[in-house]
Amino acid sequence: MDFSLTPEQIAAQKMVHDFVMKEVYPTIGEWDRKQQMNPDILPRMAELGILGINIPVKYGGQGFDYITLGLVCEELERVDTTLRVIMSVHAGLNSLSLLQWGTEEQKQRFLVPQAQGEKYAGFGLTEPGVGSDVANMRATAKKQGDVYILNGEKMWISLATKAHHFLVIAKTDPEARPASKGMTAFIVTSDMKGVTTGDIHGKLGVRAGSTGWVNMENVEVPVSHRLGEEGEGFYIAMGALDNGRYTVGAGAVGLIRACLEESIKYSKERQTFGVPIADHQLIKQKIAYMQQWYDAAKLLVLKAGWMKNQGIRNTRETSMAKWYATDMSVKAALEAVQLHGAYGFSDEYPVERYLRNSKGAVIYEGTSEIHQLMQADFALGYRENKPLRCELPAYDPDTWLEEPQTA
Amino acid sequence: MHVVVVTKSTPDTAAKVTVDGSGNVTWKEAMVINPWDEYSVTEAVLLKEAHNIKTTVLTVGEEAHNEAVKQGLAIGCDQGIRVWDSTLANADSLQYSRAVAAAVQKLGDVDLVIFGKEQADTGTDQHVYQVGRKLGWNVIGSVFKIQEIDFAGKTIKVVRLVEQGKQVVAGKLPAVISVVKDINEPKYPSFMGIRKASKAEIPVWDGAALGVDFGLPGVKVSAYQNPPERAGKVQMIDGDSADEKARKLVEKLFEDKVL
Repeated sequence: MDFSLTPEQIAAQKMVHDFVMKEVYPTIGEWDRKQQMNPDILPRMAELGILGINIPVKYGGQGFDYITLGLVCEELERVDTTLRVIMSVHAGLNSLSLLQWGTEEQKQRFLVPQAQGEKYAGFGLTEPGVGSDVANMRATAKKQGDVYILNGEKMWISLATKAHHFLVIAKTDPEARPASKGMTAFIVTSDMKGVTTGDIHGKLGVRAGSTGWVNMENVEVPVSHRLGEEGEGFYIAMGALDNGRYTVGAGAVGLIRACLEESIKYSKERQTFGVPIADHQLIKQKIAYMQQWYDAAKLLVLKAGWMKNQGIRNTRETSMAKWYATDMSVKAALEAVQLHGAYGFSDEYPVERYLRNSKGAVIYEGTSEIHQLMQADFALGYRENKPLRCELPAYDPDTWLEEPQTA
Repeated sequence: MHVVVVTKSTPDTAAKVTVDGSGNVTWKEAMVINPWDEYSVTEAVLLKEAHNIKTTVLTVGEEAHNEAVKQGLAIGCDQGIRVWDSTLANADSLQYSRAVAAAVQKLGDVDLVIFGKEQADTGTDQHVYQVGRKLGWNVIGSVFKIQEIDFAGKTIKVVRLVEQGKQVVAGKLPAVISVVKDINEPKYPSFMGIRKASKAEIPVWDGAALGVDFGLPGVKVSAYQNPPERAGKVQMIDGDSADEKARKLVEKLFEDKVL
């Protein structure tokens, strides 16, 4: 068993670390307070190649592996959750679904500009009245000749007002039983007639990001924009979540590290009873727990990344990594605030932002409760992975680094 | 048309460097590219992008210095070279400069050698001028901006940052320059560059390959010691406004007879 990272993985992680520490960390608190996304973030991530980090070179990406995607997410969320959220929707939920299910024509048309960062991508599954119970969604798609007519509203959509492409799940057969068999996936572009979007304000956390709604009113979506076959939408969505959840878990590892690093720094500076608080045993206990949560969460995430690299189905392992890492990131943030005392309660220090940001990730991409049900069902034998028509491709350096064919 | 940038690996400036009981200088953190060289490497890559020239990143030292070379390749330099043999084990700046100059001469078609302002670990910059002297080329230190460079016409015009302000200097190529940190915004390595660098084999040139005797060091370090612990306390001055804090600070300085 080899636990070492390659020099390439380490260098890529360091590059993203240097970028966020230099260009994001100094001002992120102000953007969070303003509840606005720094307009430089997406273009910079695009320019540096981060948005296409693990997409094959021939589809406009940087050709790195799934483990690097996780390391990049860790570095992004070390500074702010909103940066990792970008990767979750753009790369995890959308681009990797195109890689998994798209036709060659769809990959060239949609994945290439996404990987190159020319287009930003979002994912529309959740609705105002439907979260965990996906099968009850209201959005519909009716086929009329060469187009589908889409109607419905998608809610809590990251990059709602920034994305050019949305991967939207809607019901093509509302009568289908089970209901999951009646769903289909579509690539909806923000410039289509009938698509309107808006941001939601007043969130507890991820305030420096864009989260909003996407409304579709009689949107004509060409058949060529359908991802997969009719009725495959549920499986495409669940596959997307296997990748989105991986990035959320990897990011939560970064959030735990943020809590740990800030707590170590503060506990050596702050003095009580004549000594740095790091010398007090109950402070040491908090540091020790944060280190334990970081180590365990990271191992779970790395294993999920390794399985993706190998092309092994990882629904259960990714769910475990996401569940554990995000739950522990909430605990780490609570402990970090406590360790900082009154200063932790103020925005003078970043740990209150970490606490607010941590809470979202135990709700989105499968609540912690959903993950518990999944884990129990796998353990009890009530649930098992079934082969998909299109599996996420294993990481093969030769294929991933192939240059695009020029016409 | 060929630009050489000379670099080395140094301890991270955030590293805690100490002298241990045996007198050895130690630190735990990984080595990084000499921080001043982030600017010189970036400048070489910017010249490459603007003038379609060849760029080489060169180092003198043990294998650990390959890291700095690889960083240079990852940022965008075309090739890396390391000069090393055992006679350079305790090299002083003159030996170091002989090695750099010999490598530049072996490369043959070099128009410009770029250094960062100084080496962060030794805190010196004399090697910049010694390399210029060995090559017989003009040296322009503390370059703040390359205003004009004409590789075909063999001329360069730069703005230097000097104590009194800025100075515009024109000179001939080939030349040796050192650059200050205001010259550019250092580039991050690109992902493609990272991959190229990780696969790159860095050739090692020794004295025999260069046809040069590096000589013996004239300067020998007899011992290192830790700087004395800083004594003194920090006192925070409280006040409702910046003006009030400043007034209290001045009063305190008068009181303690600092002013």
